[in-house]
Amino acid sequence: MEYKEVLVYSNVKVQDDIYVLSLEIEDDVRAGQFYMLKAWEEEPILARPISVHSSENGIVKFAYQVKGRGTKILSSLKAEDKVYVLGPVGNGLYTEKFKGKIALISGGIGIAPMLQIAKGLEGEVDLYAGFNKSPYLIDEFKKYCKNIHIASERDTAYYRGFITEIFNPFEYNIVICCGPEPMMKRVVDMCKIYATPVYVLMENKMACGVGACLGCTCNTKEGKKRVCVDGPVFKGTDVVFSA
Amino acid sequence: MWFSVLNVKFCGVDFKNPVLVASGTFGFGVEYDGIIDITRLGGLITKGLTLNKKEGNEGVRIHEVRGGMLNSIGLQNPGIDEFIEKHLQRMKEFKVPIIVNLGGSSIEDYVKGAEILDKTEIDMIELNISCPNVKEGGMNFGIKSSIAKEVVNRVREVTKKPIMVKLSPNAEDIVDMAVKCVEAGADAISLVNTFKGMAVDIYKRKPVFNNIFAGYSGPAIKPIALRMVYEVSKAVDVPVCGLGGIVDYKDAIEFIMAGAYLIQIGTANFINPRASIEIIEGIEKFMIEQNIKSLDEIRGII
Repeated sequence: MEYKEVLVYSNVKVQDDIYVLSLEIEDDVRAGQFYMLKAWEEEPILARPISVHSSENGIVKFAYQVKGRGTKILSSLKAEDKVYVLGPVGNGLYTEKFKGKIALISGGIGIAPMLQIAKGLEGEVDLYAGFNKSPYLIDEFKKYCKNIHIASERDTAYYRGFITEIFNPFEYNIVICCGPEPMMKRVVDMCKIYATPVYVLMENKMACGVGACLGCTCNTKEGKKRVCVDGPVFKGTDVVFSA
Repeated sequence: MWFSVLNVKFCGVDFKNPVLVASGTFGFGVEYDGIIDITRLGGLITKGLTLNKKEGNEGVRIHEVRGGMLNSIGLQNPGIDEFIEKHLQRMKEFKVPIIVNLGGSSIEDYVKGAEILDKTEIDMIELNISCPNVKEGGMNFGIKSSIAKEVVNRVREVTKKPIMVKLSPNAEDIVDMAVKCVEAGADAISLVNTFKGMAVDIYKRKPVFNNIFAGYSGPAIKPIALRMVYEVSKAVDVPVCGLGGIVDYKDAIEFIMAGAYLIQIGTANFINPRASIEIIEGIEKFMIEQNIKSLDEIRGII
């Protein structure tokens, strides 16, 4: 892991408060890893943990939703602007090990890390993406996924409801999930019924991003684990969800 | 080599420069290995350790606010035995002085912890009587100087390691607290720990933290921390280690001029992982520019 200054290649608004930031970073990145990003000096004080959307040819892309002060500044970045990055952070997924039929399940901006995961998988991959309103970032998945299922709570062009209502773990050898905790808990519970292996990508507020501050812990069967370096990928059945 | 001008002798321990990393912001050092050159630091202070392993607090643990951050980690740590077994040797490899931050929720815990640490190769104990996030026992050792005095007294009896007592800015009277700790046998004083603060989640209409209160740190607290370091340095005849909101070398030099022998970098490690190294380089450059041959020339100058 390295702390360095890099340049913005592009920063594209995808929809409403969803953006894709491309940075000039020449790192070997594993799917599921993230970076601590900081594009300011004084305020806010902390970097923001943002997962890798995709990485190739010296460009690392980050898909993010504007939530607060930090992501708002990120959304205003232009090509050639400087960004401080610390990373890549986290265990990530060794996608090359996964075989068979694989389901990727995302809720909202939880779709962000799924693209790099889909790209690394060799088996047959289906995406199940749930959104609050209209879907985003779907197009690029068409290259890597056999079937794409979309649910939306408000956009009537898609299945109306939660994505978990149209997903059956019985059909899959492996499930990988990222989204709000209640959704991930539901997916893990569903997978338990069929003993389908399930991985979840956790998120939390972070101060250091290197495992030192213990601010981002989550509860697991083996006690508290740091989302930043012990995760963000955990076996779903190991996590004790608070939701 | 100008490097030698940064030397500080503190409680009999040689520090090659006055810049340490504060407890809880640097883990056991290894977390930052490869990100910065840890061997360049003045010294390492461990994450707060307790006699027995602690899982720490539930719920939100960190919350950023303007000028800093609130934390409520709750002294999560592996316990002293596991620290000695798994982390101490690795820390020693950085070849800088190792200070163990020792916390506790009863006097007996502090005493037993210090007894064990006395037999190890650590250089110093930083007695943490000021963690605002742990409240078992209903006693907060950092608030009342009479209680603090007893803890220091009892720990003094069981160890020959230098004891640096870390004070809370929430103490009833910080100067009296420092004086009482020195009377009880403290070899040094470090201050300040975090300020007791809170935040409200207006959508949930609840406190952000399960414990309601949390420790406030970061650049916003610097002027108050500096004032306290200044007051305490004047009042005690043991060396003082200053911390609280130090972000750059100018902040660090202010603390030194206010009387600090050593300084600690805390929240700034999160703002910029290279902060401690940049501060060391900044102090050195300042000394060269100002033709200062030794920190003795400027320490406590005001």
